[in-house]
Amino acid sequence: MMRRSFLALLAALALCATTAYAVDPTQMPTPALQGRYLALTHELRCMQCQNEAIADSPVDLAADLRREVHDMLLAGKTDDDVRNFMVARYGEFILFRPRMSTRNLWLWLTPGVLIGVGAIVAVRIIQQRSRLVPQDNAPVEEDIRS
Amino acid sequence: MNRFALPLGIFALLAVVLAIGIKHSPDKGTIASPLIGKPAPQFSLPSLTDANRIVKSGDLRGRWYIFNVWGTWCGGCRMEHNVLLEMRNAAVVPIIGLDWRDNDAEALSLLSQLGNPYEVVAVDHDGREAIDWGVYGAPETFLVNDRGIVVYKYIGPLTQQAWEREFLPRLPAKQAAKS
Repeated sequence: MMRRSFLALLAALALCATTAYAVDPTQMPTPALQGRYLALTHELRCMQCQNEAIADSPVDLAADLRREVHDMLLAGKTDDDVRNFMVARYGEFILFRPRMSTRNLWLWLTPGVLIGVGAIVAVRIIQQRSRLVPQDNAPVEEDIRS
Repeated sequence: MNRFALPLGIFALLAVVLAIGIKHSPDKGTIASPLIGKPAPQFSLPSLTDANRIVKSGDLRGRWYIFNVWGTWCGGCRMEHNVLLEMRNAAVVPIIGLDWRDNDAEALSLLSQLGNPYEVVAVDHDGREAIDWGVYGAPETFLVNDRGIVVYKYIGPLTQQAWEREFLPRLPAKQAAKS
């Protein structure tokens, strides 16, 4: 009984896997191009579904954008050409990994600044405590559990 | 010094930052177009209504126009159709249509049934033109000025209110006065 339901689950999962794969059957002529094509289609957002990459989305617009990536790579364009083409039309939002720019620089720097501030605070607390030790002449308190 | 001063200060700062974020966040689901302030894409596409005519962006130079992306498969476009017809009747600014990823025969029959608000409809069968305009869902409506610069983009079905509040004030005063 257990075994049968497990097999059924496996079969169901296998079905899901094939449909997911079928979204984009595109084959590029060389493995290098195929790798770049897959990388790019996975880093571009499907603007209609917004949390899916164009590689995984079944909507028409994603297919159109994949075709655009496909054609640009075949025409010898670089990965950055493709990214710039997309950003010029759809804005920075189409990139899942936003690029550094003067507008979002503070966003990239804030974590470093916060870590710096935290480190300064930590060092100051440690210094204060270490200064306390030599003056601490009180006998160590008995462990109340004994 | 009060030991609560620093945490309170940080909290106040955070509240200000978040308040700015909320105030500036665009309406849910709409994304600002990078095309605004830039030249509208150049195009040369077949006309829906006239097989012998080519709709060219160059021919639109020197005039303000509205560029409306639609399709018969698009429910929101059906919703805004009457608003477009009223805009056409007001004759303030011509409306250029882009029939996106559509069937010509169905598009023509829809326009003959509901009325044709467009001065001309360009046909974009394969969706390439829509990509150049950064379209991600119909209906989307652009306002382009007489120098061919995109002035404004409206996402979603047009309403009378949007026409009055967003489009009319952006048009040159002389033109807007005609409405």
